[in-house]
Amino acid sequence: MNASYGIKSWLLTKDHKRIGLLYLATITLFFFLGGAFATLIRIELLTPQGDLVSSETYNKLFTMHGVVMIFFFLIPSIPATLGNFFLPMMIGARDLAFPKLNLLSWYLLVIGGLFALFAMLAGGVDTGWTFYTPYSTSYSNTWVIATAIGIFVAGFSSILTGLNFIITVHTMRAPGMTWFRMPLFVWAHYATSLIQVLGTPVLAVTIVLVFCERYFHIGIFDPALGGDPVLFQHLFWFYSHPAVYIMILPAMGVISELVSTFARKPVFGYGFVAFSSLAIAVLGFLVWGHHLFVSTQSVYAGLIFSFLSYFVAIPSAIKVFNWTATLYKGSISYATPMLYAFGFIGLFTIGGLTGLFVASLGIDVHVTDTYFVIAHFHYIMVGGAIMAYLGGMHYWWPKMTGRMYPEGWAKLSALVIFLGFNLTFFPQFILGYLGMPRRYHVYPPEFQVLHVLSTAGASVLAVGYVIPMVYFVWSLRYGAIAPANPWGASGLEWKTASPPPKHNFEETPIVTHGAYDYSHVIGEEVEVG
Amino acid sequence: MAPQVDHLLYYLLAVATFFTLLIFVAIFYFAIRYRRRSEKELPHAVHTGMALEIVWSVIPFGLTMIMFTWGADLYFRGSRPPDNALQIYVVGKQWMWKLQHMEGRREINELHVPLGRPVKLTMTSEDVIHSFFVPDFRMKQDVVPGRYSTLWFQPTKAGKYHLFCAEYCGTNHSRMIGWIYVMEPQDYQTWVSGGSGGGSLADAGGKLFESLACANCHHPDGSGRCPTLVGLFGRNVLLSTGHVVKADEAYIRESILQPNAKVVAGYQPIMPTFQGLVTEEGVVQLIEYVRSLNPKPVGAEGSGQMPALTPGVVPGSQRPRVGTAGPAPKER
Repeated sequence: MNASYGIKSWLLTKDHKRIGLLYLATITLFFFLGGAFATLIRIELLTPQGDLVSSETYNKLFTMHGVVMIFFFLIPSIPATLGNFFLPMMIGARDLAFPKLNLLSWYLLVIGGLFALFAMLAGGVDTGWTFYTPYSTSYSNTWVIATAIGIFVAGFSSILTGLNFIITVHTMRAPGMTWFRMPLFVWAHYATSLIQVLGTPVLAVTIVLVFCERYFHIGIFDPALGGDPVLFQHLFWFYSHPAVYIMILPAMGVISELVSTFARKPVFGYGFVAFSSLAIAVLGFLVWGHHLFVSTQSVYAGLIFSFLSYFVAIPSAIKVFNWTATLYKGSISYATPMLYAFGFIGLFTIGGLTGLFVASLGIDVHVTDTYFVIAHFHYIMVGGAIMAYLGGMHYWWPKMTGRMYPEGWAKLSALVIFLGFNLTFFPQFILGYLGMPRRYHVYPPEFQVLHVLSTAGASVLAVGYVIPMVYFVWSLRYGAIAPANPWGASGLEWKTASPPPKHNFEETPIVTHGAYDYSHVIGEEVEVG
Repeated sequence: MAPQVDHLLYYLLAVATFFTLLIFVAIFYFAIRYRRRSEKELPHAVHTGMALEIVWSVIPFGLTMIMFTWGADLYFRGSRPPDNALQIYVVGKQWMWKLQHMEGRREINELHVPLGRPVKLTMTSEDVIHSFFVPDFRMKQDVVPGRYSTLWFQPTKAGKYHLFCAEYCGTNHSRMIGWIYVMEPQDYQTWVSGGSGGGSLADAGGKLFESLACANCHHPDGSGRCPTLVGLFGRNVLLSTGHVVKADEAYIRESILQPNAKVVAGYQPIMPTFQGLVTEEGVVQLIEYVRSLNPKPVGAEGSGQMPALTPGVVPGSQRPRVGTAGPAPKER
């Protein structure tokens, strides 16, 4: 991987591993930017009066927090970093099918990000990350279009990555790597890629319509021109609900790897877990209307969308049960990645179960657009996706860098993150049911105690996120040298050096058994990092 | 409604707590019981149990279907206001709530309602999307420009309740708040008949009808160039396209603002739009005026305080008409 040096060798690289690291650096910057916005929001909400920043600024803060975290961190997070780096290696390929396209997709994310950064520096945007019309098209005086163009461009990054993954999985598998020998990480990314390729173009179309409405007043969304403002919500959620699965499916793939490796057992119900990823990808396209239960959508549409939403719950439940069953009679290690996996399963369970609340029409009428919904989706996206991302980062860090991270600090930060997360977001479930609406700069004083708890948790959480940042950078220079397979893991990526050579494998591997067969690993040699 | 929603919440909480504990206990138990004792340890693979997979798919599915039907039932009932509901109009705008009672009393960011009586809100927005949210009633409905949405509730306890805007609507979204005052019926009666005169909504609509010169074309006896509005409200109307539409609030609103969208069969599309000439509140008053043109049977639906609608405000407009509430009339 480090065959050549210099800035140019990185900026023009076609190596999927280096592109993965470029993505890693990019989204880490966005993560801390989005985190800074979140920090300001939480500090503002310490008091009910709205005394730290003005309402305009507050509205821009939550908008930019959402835009940055969703489009420039969570959507690319696991697929573009860990997926880019490891998907080819896991199927025994030398690279992705289209290495140049892969590099282009990184540049698109950077260009999109620059548009969004420009919008923020020029004055920000205040529509909420959801850009609901007619506010975004006819009323907001902020940088709506610059931000939207950024999202539009970044969307093509996502489409190209998805396309690349699908074709790679179809055409680049090593000899003997049949579909049902693929690691579940690859299955999850395959399912994710389908959503990226099929869903993201709808977002692009929607952004173009917003653009035309704002500049040419074509009357798609503005009722004064004969348009329909709720139409925007249908189009937006047709992408943005499946987008939730773009964020969580790769996380589920990571968890399958972690649970198996650190229980040293094949994932229980491999086929069920693999197909549940595909089921989630398909069903995810049929439930967008559950965001519109109080939008004046027809009552009957509400019934159907509620009904279908419960079908998504089943494949998710299947995964949780199968991960838990994998632990049964395993040989369970408490290494840091496994602590994150435990954390993920616990928090995703709570996030998923509260999803049943908001899918229920009678409850959703009350809790939609309140902090209950905020808590629910942060349990999925932060408690789920980010826990899995960090677990995966710890798991594969030795492979990516050739260095071990400090285990003691890592365990501590995993614990801090788990506790900080729950303290931040659990009170928000209660706030929401009590009626605290979202996107409120000032709020009635009776909600203050819970807001203070939440802010306290957010401070703990922030510390938890800074610690790994510090020791990861530290370990690049001072960490112990990583062996090829520090965890006794079974995947092909562990059968080559850490970090891997330029073409991943010295010779193309020939696969003779399914994923997660530990008898081939443990019998031979176990190296302990 | 609030207690019913809370009962569903308790069911959901019970299911969620059970599964959360199940997973947490299982993970802790397995993690300790099967902790790694030596680095060379290689556990035996446990084979997938088909029966197990089916059990843990079917049982949760059954539980979720209860959530679905229960929630859907509440939603359905919440979408059907009873016929005897007290009618109140709501107009949202950046950043305030404007409310109009049938008797003509108007409020901003405050809503007074009587205890024990169903209240139906007919709502629209002058600008962006807002959402009328009363947490204590477990009720919320988006308020969308260009259309009417409805929300109803039946207060069961006198008191003062939060009103929030729940759909982000711009700078002062979090200040678009108010209070709902639930009053004893007799107190409400006193309150609603107080205020600074001005007459009922229908009266105001009648004045608007005059000042906008609507009566030049819409003659009460149907002799003008436009259809009569007497007896129109609630009736089925045959359109020039052959479709039949019910003349409800939304239809009348559209006919004022976009007159060419639905043209009555047998008439020319000659009416100019009144978009920009009449506010959303004015439209509401016109609708109530049109409604007031219907002959009133004894104990009419709508506001129970009907006597406040003084009949005969607009001379000649109250001429009774036969068969007004029937099916689509063919005579036009």
